[in-house]
Amino acid sequence: MPVLELREITKIFPGVVANDRVSLELERGEIVALLGENGAGKSTLMNVVYGLMSSDGGQILVNGEMVKIKSPRQAIDLGIGMVHQHFMLVEPLTVTENIILGREPGRLGVIDFATARQKVQEISARYGLKVDPDAKIMDLSVGMQQRVEILKALYQGASVLILDEPTAVLTPQEVKELFRVVRSLVDEGLSVVFITHKLEEVMSVSDRIVVMRDGKVVGETKPSETDDVGLARMMVGRDVVLSVEKGPSTCGAQVLEVTDLEVRDDRGLEAVRGVSFTVCGGEVVALAGVSGNGQSELVEAIVGLRRPSSGSLQLKGLDITHASARASIEAGVSHIPEDRHRRGLVLEFDLAENLILGDHRLPPFASHGIMHPSAIAGVAERRIEDYDVRTPSWHVLASNLSGGNQQKVVVAREIGRNPELLVAAQPTRGLDVGSIEFVHKQILAERENGKAVLLVSLELEEVLSLADRILVIFEGRIVQEFTVDEVDEETLGYYMTGGGGSKLDGEAEHVEMTEGDS
Amino acid sequence: MSETRETLPAQKAWMSVAQKVGIPLASVVLAIIVGSVIMWTSGYDPVAAFAALFKGSFGGPKQIGDTLLRSTPLILTGLALAYGFRANLFNIGAEGQLFMGGLAVAWLGVAVTGLPWIIMVPMLLLASMLAGAAWAFVPAILKARVGAHEVITTMMFSYIARYIVSWLVVGPLKAPGQIPQTVALPTGAQLPRIQTLFGESTLDALPFLNLGRTHLGIVVALVAALFVWFILKYTTLGYENRAVGFNPWASETGGISVQWTTVKALCISGAFAGLAGAVEVMGVHYRIFDQFSSGFGFTGIAVALLAKNHPLGVIPAAILFGGLTAGAGTMQLEAGVPQKIILIIQALVIFFVAAEEIFKWFIKRRQKEALSHAG
Repeated sequence: MPVLELREITKIFPGVVANDRVSLELERGEIVALLGENGAGKSTLMNVVYGLMSSDGGQILVNGEMVKIKSPRQAIDLGIGMVHQHFMLVEPLTVTENIILGREPGRLGVIDFATARQKVQEISARYGLKVDPDAKIMDLSVGMQQRVEILKALYQGASVLILDEPTAVLTPQEVKELFRVVRSLVDEGLSVVFITHKLEEVMSVSDRIVVMRDGKVVGETKPSETDDVGLARMMVGRDVVLSVEKGPSTCGAQVLEVTDLEVRDDRGLEAVRGVSFTVCGGEVVALAGVSGNGQSELVEAIVGLRRPSSGSLQLKGLDITHASARASIEAGVSHIPEDRHRRGLVLEFDLAENLILGDHRLPPFASHGIMHPSAIAGVAERRIEDYDVRTPSWHVLASNLSGGNQQKVVVAREIGRNPELLVAAQPTRGLDVGSIEFVHKQILAERENGKAVLLVSLELEEVLSLADRILVIFEGRIVQEFTVDEVDEETLGYYMTGGGGSKLDGEAEHVEMTEGDS
Repeated sequence: MSETRETLPAQKAWMSVAQKVGIPLASVVLAIIVGSVIMWTSGYDPVAAFAALFKGSFGGPKQIGDTLLRSTPLILTGLALAYGFRANLFNIGAEGQLFMGGLAVAWLGVAVTGLPWIIMVPMLLLASMLAGAAWAFVPAILKARVGAHEVITTMMFSYIARYIVSWLVVGPLKAPGQIPQTVALPTGAQLPRIQTLFGESTLDALPFLNLGRTHLGIVVALVAALFVWFILKYTTLGYENRAVGFNPWASETGGISVQWTTVKALCISGAFAGLAGAVEVMGVHYRIFDQFSSGFGFTGIAVALLAKNHPLGVIPAAILFGGLTAGAGTMQLEAGVPQKIILIIQALVIFFVAAEEIFKWFIKRRQKEALSHAG
């Protein structure tokens, strides 16, 4: 008897059938990967199971019994736990306090912390989830915070654990650790639903794979019976080129020259500590590193959003060290920001307005402060066409597009501007394979056109497939440089986490994460 | 949730129409209904009351004139607030900028002499805008440089402005006599009443021009509304204003200076509030005194809210509020309903506009139901 069975679950949003009669079974001690592109309906399905959304049809059975789940509370009582993509932890509280939140042991409103702490330690020992019960959440790395979320679900008595895109925020090492934890959970008799759109994870962790597309289950398979290409085809519904083809680099004139750059973060601490490198035309240079090692600050300094405290930046011989964002754009620097909702788009603007952001003062879009709607519409239509943005028209608000299409709008604007230097920060974060393929092609097209590209990515696979040269950044310094053919993921991961006799000042044990991670 | 997708275009069009016009309209209708219930339970006849209210505000050219008279400053303060809101700035101190605008014209209109009307009046209007903008400038700089919240700073500046005027009208600028007020503006510095612009014969032929006390300020206000609409829709200034209002981070990334845009937005907002002070001084009182504004700066907040910050929507919204005050007297006289009930209705309108989320919720639920039946 399955521990969890979904029968023909249907969920309808205005204009969209998010789940169309989806059925799914989960056996005891099994890891099922729920694979699908963004918008395929995976998260919706699990939100229904967890009681965050009500379904418009279908049945849920837990241990063979038909149940109605109307709230997360009920789901928890039924033994269903969920770890969300965005953690739901109270930052200033300790690990123990967070875990017992909502189910505090004790009586008459007085919490019995000793018992609580002991219980947390018991669970953490049993499943091999080591964590300091007295540490404050805000002092923990993202990987550790996730561990607390899992512990919390276990504390609440979960026998079914739903993990919603759990690896999106983790480093390669943390991912490995998570997989080990998931394995030990199922060994103890738990069942796990693993939501993801990353093919390699599915292959390495799951017992069974259920693929969703457009709200429907389109296939079910096992890792032993398929491969990356087969899964991608199932997921997207057509053949996908997973590895990008690129010719040898034709390094032209030097475009960006960074010399001894030092940049401080918002708290005034040194985030970039004396970085020097160059990027030439026709070359993709990737900055690989664990999130929070100064990449964001470095990018912001290059694109004029942050003033460096010392050092210099040269763009084709022009000094842009202290250039404003506007001057930087006008000098030929384009920027695909790591957070498209915050930095990349004005979600309340329509696509045309978004497609000219940054160029909105210049002809043909405007002259003498007056905007030219027909020129704007014309360019918007052309860019939507050229960059394959799926939308009925440019009148649509950016907020109404899917993540992939939103990113295409940002890419269309930044590349459409025809820059000298393209700074792409995590350009494919959260995108599905189809959109990733597209963005990668566009970045390489810039390279073919002799433009300089600086890529910042946490995805080593992306770094290795796009870059000509790779700079490893750790704690604000470039600790190692490789050409792409002399390095593999393992080696990169090693240097990214401070291996190789780093220039660590021995000050930080764990890697600090910035807010932008979650 | 990551699962967002394009909604159907027809549905979206319907939603957008419903939200732009439907919700403010529904708010007004609901306010009237609830207002009626309140009157009825208090022992008044709501039908007679609203009939009298309508008669008093739109019953004839004179009544319409009275409504327009009261709407004129509200259009301008509504624009001031709407422009600020579009940059995500709440210029709650518009009243203070209005006082400074009024003060500027009350002083300059008397101090400067010998200029023809056609130069004098535009100059005074411009001066009032500069004064209003100047009064908003310090809060604007504080907001941009150190992040001091404009709700606090503009409010405080509003008190300062009012006390400066209070002091000036009993002190340096006091006109001779007992009353604390400034010297009256000469005709050459006034905004004349509309009906005085036409001869007897024209007025007899076109009786709707007998607009009572309505003065040229209404034209100023309407032109201002068109101007703000143009700025927001067709200029880089308006584009940047809206971009910063929606998402300052993306704006910054797009090379827009958020600080500078904030300063400009609050000063432009102040300029229109200042202009509201000018039309009151130049068209109604011809001088400034302590109570020359009946809270137009604050009612402007409600006007902008009802207009959903659309510069053209500000016009009907201001006329509604103007009409409510204009007809209140007739309502009391003919239906015996206390004027104060108007304040309740005004409050209800605001309440229902602010409760837009409730409407949205109903709309979404109905759509969902319709869809699930279809599916």
